[in-house]
Amino acid sequence: MIPANFNYHKATSLKEAIALSSELGEEAKYMSGGHSLLPMMKLRFATPEHIIDISKIEGLSYIKEDGDMLKIGALTTQTEMEHNTLLKEKYPMMGDAIWLTADPSVRNVGTIGGNIAHGDAANDQPALMLAMRATVVAEGADGTKSIPIDEFFHGFYMTALEPSDILTEIQIPKAKKNSGGAYHKVERKVGDYATAGVAVHVELDDNGICQQVGIGLTNVSAVPMRLERGEEVLRGQKITDELIEQVGQIASEDCEPESDLRGSEAYKRSIVNTITKRMLNKALERARQ
Amino acid sequence: MGKHNITMTINGESVSAEVDSRLLLVHFIRENLDLTGTHIGCDTSNCGACTIMLDGKSVKSCTYLAVRADGAEITTIEGVAAEGTNSHLQQAFHDQHGLHCGFCTPGMIIRSMDLLKNNPNPTEEEIRWGISGNLCRCTGYNNIVKSVQQAATEMAKEKEASV
Repeated sequence: MIPANFNYHKATSLKEAIALSSELGEEAKYMSGGHSLLPMMKLRFATPEHIIDISKIEGLSYIKEDGDMLKIGALTTQTEMEHNTLLKEKYPMMGDAIWLTADPSVRNVGTIGGNIAHGDAANDQPALMLAMRATVVAEGADGTKSIPIDEFFHGFYMTALEPSDILTEIQIPKAKKNSGGAYHKVERKVGDYATAGVAVHVELDDNGICQQVGIGLTNVSAVPMRLERGEEVLRGQKITDELIEQVGQIASEDCEPESDLRGSEAYKRSIVNTITKRMLNKALERARQ
Repeated sequence: MGKHNITMTINGESVSAEVDSRLLLVHFIRENLDLTGTHIGCDTSNCGACTIMLDGKSVKSCTYLAVRADGAEITTIEGVAAEGTNSHLQQAFHDQHGLHCGFCTPGMIIRSMDLLKNNPNPTEEEIRWGISGNLCRCTGYNNIVKSVQQAATEMAKEKEASV
């Protein structure tokens, strides 16, 4: 399979990329790792007239804690994240997810920025970003903007990014004492998109009361989904087995899966219930360590 | 539309060409350079038959534009050992019967090179996860895992001998 004709442009700086995009208009698409966009182009689901390659822009690949934020440069590959000591030690949810995302050769090229900017509810990172309450930083023709993750995903492959905007950085509140997260997805085979996936992040106080909680769902709705009703049940409470049971039930009720090759709607609701409970328990276990 | 002059190093040799924007790296390697050891299996970045080494990392060349490889250093299966000799991985796949039809083998070997570079002493589980993006429809993987284990052992011995 060969993509439809297009014109390739390599950008060596953000400024150059944004200027190119502004000049070429809406038929230009940015490409970072290209492992979501190029397969779509090969299948002719996407036929952009211009590709602006942003993968060679320097200075957008990093993982660091800065002030009260964890900051990840958009061009950081999933492999770089997988082997990063800081993420392994303090943000184990990332490892849970990356391990299950595609395969090592794809992760060598695929970037975190692309995984999120693609706006696909089947990708794994969006659910993690919802759970950890990330902020997306983007730069475009009208300057730099910070977009809270809850305002980022607008629809199927639709995000808050304007055509000339480039996602440059992910900011995540730094891991606090007594906090923990976990992610799991059920997949038909290794490396597949999720049949369903759940990301959970919890923050407890010294008495074990839940101060903050985030629950994000993968591939059970058109837009990456926050389980708001479930979070409300847990916030301010000591999380008991009964509450976990209740939130699992809520997750199965509130998710919006469609029957497809990966399973029936009923099956997906059932596994969302199970994974939500397991991830709540795993996140709590990590928070209490 | 879009023609580009690109230069890259493939198996130690510098190669220059004019390519279309949309030319895929795997087609460039197989059709322009006649290096047909790199295979096309699924053409959708699932099977790994097209895996090559690009700047020291295993990459699926069916999902990579040739023009993006401008300036890159690439190794294909033809370049993993000198003519007439086998790398430790090649020898191990031979010794352990790590192939039947051989279609997946170039990708398996390139992927395993990346795996062993980052993890010289992998567990069986790490090998199985490490080659999870490379499909084999013949062997059932057991002999491929044994091949990677043998190569890891041989490479460790060689390293020890050189210290």
